Amino acid sequence: MEIITQPWPWYVAGPAIAFVLFLLFYFGRSFGVSTNLETFCTIGGAGKISDHFKTDWKARTWSLVFVVGIVIGGFISSNYLMNSQAIDLNPQTVQDLAELGFASAGSEYLPAEIFSTDNLLSLKGIGILVVAGLFIGFGTRYASGCTSGHAITGLSSLQLPSLVATIGFFAGGLIMTWFLFPLIF
Amino acid sequence: MKYIKFLIVGILFGIILSKSEVVSWYRIYEMFKFQSFHMYGVIGSAVGIGIILMQLFKRGIIKDFQGNPIKVKDKKKGFIRTFVGGSIFGLGWALVGACPGPIFVLIGHGAISILIVLLAATLGAFIYGLLSKKLPS
Repeated sequence: MEIITQPWPWYVAGPAIAFVLFLLFYFGRSFGVSTNLETFCTIGGAGKISDHFKTDWKARTWSLVFVVGIVIGGFISSNYLMNSQAIDLNPQTVQDLAELGFASAGSEYLPAEIFSTDNLLSLKGIGILVVAGLFIGFGTRYASGCTSGHAITGLSSLQLPSLVATIGFFAGGLIMTWFLFPLIF
Repeated sequence: MKYIKFLIVGILFGIILSKSEVVSWYRIYEMFKFQSFHMYGVIGSAVGIGIILMQLFKRGIIKDFQGNPIKVKDKKKGFIRTFVGGSIFGLGWALVGACPGPIFVLIGHGAISILIVLLAATLGAFIYGLLSKKLPS
């Protein structure tokens, strides 16, 4: 049990993710999460506004069930499989974050500076969540995939568009982390 | 009932992402600061094994559960859509420390704020759908 409740190292997590990829293809599907965002739009009636959403969402039921499973997995892990919510960060990371104004980085799973419910009451707090969400939804659908669809499935199948997309993911992420964070926080 | 296997695979995936801390904002920040090998190890080893799996699928050595060959769909081509779309996603990924899979994991963690991110991401996908024919590919 001790082995399970400790944080899992990369050499367990990476192969385990590859196993998930294997299972989904073995069951005749594919590995990707962001398409579900469009499925939500279709279910919500977006097909009346744009033909883009006139799709047969029932054919994607398997993927909706998959994401429900992901939520349940997160719940099980967080409630029953973790001794501690702390993240063992590089001390340099903790120091860099302290300079940005993040107190006691790594003592909790998520930073209160972004995720505390108090932040939902401030314009800046909610703005960060909304803008990030818009970028994630718009960006993944424009690029036709996210980390699972492009960085893992696409790179594994040696597809050039996925390499370009993954370089894009990092370009955006590095710009945010190195140049925009000091302006935002 | 035919969908229950996807529920189980989803639960497995959620637990893996949660236990390996790749859904923690801090780990994403650390990755983009190049201060830890963890995320690179996770993605790199998944892709390394994935490459072998894809070759086994392609050569017909591994078939699906019904004995049919496994085909991997080609991704949409286009430099602008993949690079610009990817970069926009990257900005959001770093800001809130979660990509679409981890958003669902964090809902399971009980992080209320992430529901706002999910709603906004759905709206972002909707905006993309409205503009999809006008955007350069």
